Amino acid sequence: MAIDLQVNGKSFSIEADPDTPLLWVIREELRLTGTKFGCGIGACGACSVHVDGEITRSCRIPVGSVAGKSVTTIEGIAAPNGTLHPVQQAWIDAQVPQCGYCQSGQIMAAVALIKKTGRPSPAHVDEAMTNICRCGTYPRIRMAILAATGQAAAARADS
Amino acid sequence: MGIKRRVFLIGGAALIGGGLFAVSWSERAATRRAAKLVAMDKAGVFQTWIRIAEDDTVTIFSPHVDIGQGSLTGLAQMAADELDADWSKVVLESAPVNVAFANAPLAKGFGGELLPFSIPPFLQGITGSTFAMIARNIPLQVTGGSSTVRATGQTGMRVAGAAARIALIATAAKRLGVPEGELTTVNSKVIHAKSGRSLRYGELAADAAEMTLVAEPKLKEAGDYRFIGKPIPRLDIPPKVDGSARYGMDVQLPDLRVATIMAAPVRGGKLDSVDAAPAMAIKGVEKVVKLDNAVAVIATGYWQALTGLRALSPKFSDGGHGALSSASIAAAQAAKMETDKPDNKSGHGDVPAALAASGLKLVEAKYAVPFIHHAMMEPFALTAHFKDGKLQLWGGVQDPLHSRKAAAEAAEISTDHVTFHPMIMGGAFGRRLPGFCEIIGQVVQIAKQTPYPVKLIWSREEEVQHGTYRPQASAHLKAALDKDGRIAGWTTDYAQSQDATRETRFVYDIPAFALRHYQFATNQHDGAWRSVNSNQNGFYSESFMDELAYAAGEDPYEFRRKHLRPGSRHLAVLDDVAKRSGWGTPLSTGRGRGIAMVESFNTIVAHVIEASVGNDGRPHAHKVWSSVDCGRVVNPDGGAAQIMGGIIMALSSCVDESITLDKGAVLQSNFHDYPLLKLAEAPDVDVHFLESDASMGGLGEPGVPPTAPALANAIFAATGKRIRQLPFRGQAKG
Repeated sequence: MAIDLQVNGKSFSIEADPDTPLLWVIREELRLTGTKFGCGIGACGACSVHVDGEITRSCRIPVGSVAGKSVTTIEGIAAPNGTLHPVQQAWIDAQVPQCGYCQSGQIMAAVALIKKTGRPSPAHVDEAMTNICRCGTYPRIRMAILAATGQAAAARADS
Repeated sequence: MGIKRRVFLIGGAALIGGGLFAVSWSERAATRRAAKLVAMDKAGVFQTWIRIAEDDTVTIFSPHVDIGQGSLTGLAQMAADELDADWSKVVLESAPVNVAFANAPLAKGFGGELLPFSIPPFLQGITGSTFAMIARNIPLQVTGGSSTVRATGQTGMRVAGAAARIALIATAAKRLGVPEGELTTVNSKVIHAKSGRSLRYGELAADAAEMTLVAEPKLKEAGDYRFIGKPIPRLDIPPKVDGSARYGMDVQLPDLRVATIMAAPVRGGKLDSVDAAPAMAIKGVEKVVKLDNAVAVIATGYWQALTGLRALSPKFSDGGHGALSSASIAAAQAAKMETDKPDNKSGHGDVPAALAASGLKLVEAKYAVPFIHHAMMEPFALTAHFKDGKLQLWGGVQDPLHSRKAAAEAAEISTDHVTFHPMIMGGAFGRRLPGFCEIIGQVVQIAKQTPYPVKLIWSREEEVQHGTYRPQASAHLKAALDKDGRIAGWTTDYAQSQDATRETRFVYDIPAFALRHYQFATNQHDGAWRSVNSNQNGFYSESFMDELAYAAGEDPYEFRRKHLRPGSRHLAVLDDVAKRSGWGTPLSTGRGRGIAMVESFNTIVAHVIEASVGNDGRPHAHKVWSSVDCGRVVNPDGGAAQIMGGIIMALSSCVDESITLDKGAVLQSNFHDYPLLKLAEAPDVDVHFLESDASMGGLGEPGVPPTAPALANAIFAATGKRIRQLPFRGQAKG
């Protein structure tokens, strides 16, 4: 059946089984591959996107349930002129990514957290940032979030 | 324009390795092939790794792949520094997957035991059991063994850059009609200060590349480095923050199909039977493919393939391993060490005599570690397409050249008919090394069943249950202390599937030491997990060192000092970490400090961890100080990130991770029962490099091994409980 949804400000009408997880529609139908598949059970957060502004693990949400809603992926957070989102820039400044595979999800989680809290406290960060990173970039993620919200210089957390 | 002008062949240019390796016909031919593969108009190709275009763009072709370690930027720094290149015009590309780009210094280092070459001292740390396993697969384009910078960079990239610079100067001297000695280089220009004239590298490259390069160019002194040693931002990071980086998982091709697979739950089992009908009834499913030990479903997309696969009820045999469990393995390993003779040993001195002397205090302890899983964030994904008798593959592996050969063998076609397109990897940690990528054989068999390109994606469940784990192992350590509290002799007996007697260096200065290996295989295909056997060996010996310190009634730091040579690098590293962590100063109630030092991959690393234990028995590492001597550091920021990442991955593994077997099959299946450490539990990590002129060591792995023992020692200091078994969770409960 046809499902209408908005992704990164554009309208799409998708032919899909409504039970298909949003993740696979984003990746395989819309070909936006910045959103990653990690576990399929909503445990790792590599597939994190925003649905009507709320952080959502797209591997666990059927596309049928987001009909008519607005979805934002990692490809949709920079300014229209291409200027990176301040969180993306903070990620570069703090040299956060290693393999980088989880970082789209980490950045989407951080953007949502900052939108909600303004200047998140370390406790907010610990509570909200539950995405898994196997490379062990967590201290730099913490540093980048503080830097993006004007709470610290983008100095490295480990040197 | 004829082909000759387009290729800019370098005669006799096979001097990769700084003259370590003789110029040979085959290497000359390799350079010629390489030049053809990356040729462009009016450009010069130097060695197989550097191309200078007319517009001054310097392209470094890395024979290594990006697994997230950042070392490719290090390679570019090394080549560009010797070349005196303009950094703003340096770009990095993966070398084409062709034998012409095989990594000669690394192949010779890895293959040292099997080839008629001696192992250069700088590579000794990366040889050992893992590399004996993969050495047979040379020629290599492998990324592993913490070797990219210290092997390829140090003896390849720097030499190539320096030799190319000399050729550019010689070419400029001819054109300007001035002596070479009057010329200097900076920012991709050759400058003649006397006359105020200069030439851009881009203007000189095509002619310079025609020259025979100097085999042993003089390399820069450390004081002259412009890029080496600087925290230059990694070149691969920008596309990793905007979603544009393309991993193997992200391959898109016209008419692409997606497959997913389920292998026999018990490794060694076979597929007995499966009824394809339930899968074929799912919309989008196109085919059910039966393999020898697995069943796969091809569909229009991943979700359709997975839904189809889950609809099946395949019957698998257990290969005769149905009685195997983690408990049975542990018991059998312990028994084997009591009854059998060791299969391999290393060490020095007469240990039996040392232990038999009178007046000694004997100490012994038994340790055990479980199988652990790599859990790279990107599950395996490999795309294959057969067309007109030729095979193309796209994906991320640690050795694309070997993977191409493995694919050709699986397809039973010539390697010349196989093209491998390497993609960046969402982690690897040893999981994607040659010999461990069974997905290659699987995707080749599946691709034979469809005219379309097909991407085989492993579910996370498949990934967790069919890993190439760090082996489950048991160890029994014994040592004797003399009346002055000095170690008189020490034996480590351990049983596991891999011989590591030559892998981990014992760092303490004692009269007699023996490391004895008892070969014990299971049905698992044990692999190389970041830091390989130095991981568990470090846990045994540095935990036991702590036990000996307490048995001698001494402080664990002072006790270690007493067994290290005065003036040694090891002592300097240990002292540095103790000083920075405030060793010996008071701590708040419930907290303890643990110290541990392990040398692996030619790098000495000591950690101090400050930790406490929760009421639920869960250990918490609050802060980690790490001191590192790897010789010289090429990129201190990237290097610190590698040590930090190694520590956090190691904390995750030693606190929580365990793959357990029951009835021959893996019990865990996803992150709910194989949990990884999250941000809230990640400590601050403070890394300090002690630079030395010692031969360069690796950084990707050496941060791992001291972590588990430093945490175990901290838990002991905090609670008085000695934990000798991984993982720690729950064991320190009061």
